[in-house]
Parts: sequence; structure tokens; C-alpha cells
Amino acid sequence: MALTRPVRTVWDIPREERFAPGHAMCQGCGAAIIMRHLMKVVGKDAIIVMATGCVEVTTTLFPRTSWLNPWLHLAFENAGAAASGVEAALKVLRRKGVIDGSRRVKVVAIAGDGGSFDIGLQSLSGMLERGHDVMFVVYDNEAYMNTGIQRSSATPYGAWTTTTPVGKRWRGEWRPKKDIIGIALAHRIPYVATANPAYPTDMVEKFRRAFEIEGPSLVHVLSPCTPGWRIPTEKTIEVARLAVQTGVWVLLEVVNGRPRVTVKVPRRKHVRHYLRLQGRFRHLTDEEIERIQKMVDQYVEEINRWVGEQAIGPVAE
Amino acid sequence: MEQLRYSRVPELRGWRDVPIAGIVPWPGSTAENRMHAWRTFRPVIDPEKCVRCRLCWVYCPDGAIVELDKPYTTRSGRTYKVTYEVNYDYCKGCGICANECPVKAIRMVPEVR
Ligand SMILES: Cc1ncc(C[n+]2csc(CCOP(=O)(O)OP(=O)(O)O)c2C)c(N)n1
Ligand code: SF4
Ligand code: SF4
Ligand code: SF4
Ligand SMILES: [Mg+2]
Repeated sequence: MALTRPVRTVWDIPREERFAPGHAMCQGCGAAIIMRHLMKVVGKDAIIVMATGCVEVTTTLFPRTSWLNPWLHLAFENAGAAASGVEAALKVLRRKGVIDGSRRVKVVAIAGDGGSFDIGLQSLSGMLERGHDVMFVVYDNEAYMNTGIQRSSATPYGAWTTTTPVGKRWRGEWRPKKDIIGIALAHRIPYVATANPAYPTDMVEKFRRAFEIEGPSLVHVLSPCTPGWRIPTEKTIEVARLAVQTGVWVLLEVVNGRPRVTVKVPRRKHVRHYLRLQGRFRHLTDEEIERIQKMVDQYVEEINRWVGEQAIGPVAE
Repeated sequence: MEQLRYSRVPELRGWRDVPIAGIVPWPGSTAENRMHAWRTFRPVIDPEKCVRCRLCWVYCPDGAIVELDKPYTTRSGRTYKVTYEVNYDYCKGCGICANECPVKAIRMVPEVR
């Protein structure tokens, strides 16, 4: 059974593990924390459809699997398409009485940033536009990590990757991060949210709502990657938390088009606290950091205007 | 320690033993893997200091902190209903639990003999 009770404290998170240990995700992998909690929420009534990427390759080394649910292996680009097909098949099976019509079984698609922002975007868009009853979870580690840290359109400005190197001419990624939330919202779907593993109750409650709602939903989760972000293995949660405290990552929930900031930050920290902890930003000069601070200020201003209140406050330290 | 209800993979001697279409009918079978060799430091929880906030359990990427219904009374006389233990078969020694513990009840101890 999927989790139906609202999650208000960490004690509301089910104890039962539905994501087996012994997987090969790196020490301190943020995505592993996200998957554990996602599976606690969806329970046994979910069919998982997974684009290839880190989570896929590290949890399904033949002949073993970390998953307890029906789970479909896919190519890189087609999570949205395959999820649409499984959902349509479930409808037909229900209509024909092959499966119990009263039992809610939901399709959950999971993809990395590459598998959703980039190559998976078209099939994701089709799935959202056709209104399939699918929950789509993007774990965003801000690059193609599985294949060795190549940039994606989710890589933030200034970040080093192997394809946005740092040298005399290049200073890491020079394009800003793509706005996947804006893209999802353009499809007028009933539920869109951002989440972060450092805020587990918020994240788990959003998973629960995205699962419960009828129709397409998307949850975009920040997923720190220890080798890709060049962070010590114990800093995963600390870095994720700083993303929220600095306003780099705003915890949003948009239900039927109505936006809300779920974790308000009355006083923001300066973005350097977030950047300085990560090796992928090590090359940045104070000037470059100020440029990023300005980008964050502008983003925060946009969010505040959108939600109609000062949900994220000024920089205080 | 909680014994997990995950499946075991039977011995596969050749391609004839591989299920059709390469499906994997052994849910949760990575639990057969032992991850201790990945570790250079091991987390050690001090049950006296621990305030049972659940955060190490929440944040562990490897599900290696187990929450047990095992009462524990501290030397100062406080009784808790749950105990947190590390499953060293699965812990990779990342140190997130120790870093996040609000009362510093977890120490990372080098894996040397
Ligand atoms: C069409 C195609 N191109 C390239 C690949 C190789 N490939 C597999 S996963 C991956 C990157 C995945 O990136 P992302 O979706 O961000 O997931 P992550 O590995 O970062 O978790 C690539 C390039 C592929 N499988 N298919
Ligand atoms: S490379 Fe990054 S995202 Fe991939 S398993 Fe390792 S820590 Fe996780
Ligand atoms: S060191 Fe890492 S893997 Fe081991 S118990 Fe702590 S959080 Fe889990
Ligand atoms: S984080 Fe620390 S105090 Fe909280 S349950 Fe774990 S060991 Fe105990
Ligand atoms: Mg990625």
C-alpha cells in the first residue's frame, strides 16, 4: 500500500525498507537516499519505469536487483514514452477485468537530469501533454554522472564537468541551468514540485502527493553526487541543505497552477557557502561568485513575485 | 539484526538458467552483496549519547542504520523504546550519519587492525 497518511515529521516515514541495500551507488550518493524514501512512499502498488543513468546501472547489476517492485529497464530517452505505454496497458487490463479495477496501481517513472532535461525531454513532454496518470521523478545530479561527469542542460553556471573544463579559456559551464519546472508547468499538469533530501519530511510528503494525485505529476529532486560535485562523502546532506539556505534551490509546490514555497527561508546565506564546499566550483573567483549571487538574487525575486510573498528573504550572512 | 525478506539468486550455471528475456525474478537480491570492503571508516553509535532523533536512519544512503524496537535505558536513567544499530554488511562508511547527528553520538573509527 502506498503511504496515505500526511507526513509531518520524520516519524511519519515508514520504517519498512523497499529499496534493498547492497547496491553499487557511490559512498554518500544523494540519489540512493532519494530512492529509499521514494520506495517507502509508493509501497508495493507501483510499477517503476526507469531511464538508464546512475541509479539504473548501480541497482540492477545482473543477476541482482535492489528493487522490490515490478521494474522496467529502459533506454536513455524513453522513460516518458514507456511509462505512458505501461499506464495505457494498465487501463486496458482493468477494463478487460484482468486486474482488479478497484486496486490502484500507479506508474512511477524515474530519470536523471540527462534522461529528462535533455534526451528524455520529448517523451516526457508527450507523457505530460497526453495526461497519463504517471508520477515522474527527476533526480538531478546536474550532469551525466553515469558516463563520467559530462555536462547536461541541468548543469549550473560555473560548474566544472569533463565537457566544461576549467583552463585559460573555459571557466566551467557558461550557460545557466534549464528551467524544467517552467517546462513542466507549461503542460498545465496538476502537480509539480521541487524537493531536496536534506528536507526529508517535505520530500516524502511531496512524493506522497505526487503519487496520490490523478494525472501526470513531476517531482524535481536535487541529488548531490559525491564524485561529480567533488564533495567529501559525508557532506551530501550538508551541501543539499545549503542549496536551500542560499536560495539556489527553492522548495516549491504547484498544485493546479497555484504555487507555494513549502520551506521558507527568511534570511538567506550568501551563495559562497554553497559553492565553496564543492570542488566543481573550486576555480571560481570572488567576482565570478558575485555574478552567481546576482543570478540567485534574480531567481529569488522571480519566485517571490510569483508566489506573492517574500518566501525567500534577503542575504544575511 | 533484522533479517531481510529479500530474495536470493539461485546458482546460474549457464545461459539455460537465465530467465527468458533476461528478466530478474529475484526482488531485492542485491541484499546478498556485502559492501563492507568499501569502507575505510566505520560509524559507531554511542547509545548513551544518542537522543533517538532518527536522522541517521533517514539520511543513510545504504539503509545501513537499522531501527530496532529494543528498549534501552541510559546510565542517567532515561529509557528509550528504540535503538539504532549499524548493519556493517551494508554500511559503506560515507560518514553522513556522523556528520548529521545533532548530538555527535556517532564516531567514525578507522578500519584498521
Ligand atoms: C541514446 C543514448 N546515448 C547515450 C547513452 C549513454 N548513457 C547512458 S546513461 C547516460 C547519462 C545519464 O545521465 P543522467 O540522466 O543525468 O543520469 P545520471 O547518470 O547522472 O544519474 C548516458 C550518456 C545511452 N544509453 N543512450
Ligand atoms: S556517480 Fe554520483 S549519482 Fe552516480 S552513484 Fe555515484 S554519487 Fe550517485
Ligand atoms: S557511514 Fe554512511 S553508509 Fe554507513 S551507516 Fe553511516 S550513513 Fe550509512
Ligand atoms: S542521528 Fe544521532 S542522535 Fe539521532 S538517532 Fe542517530 S545516533 Fe541517535
Ligand atoms: Mg545526472
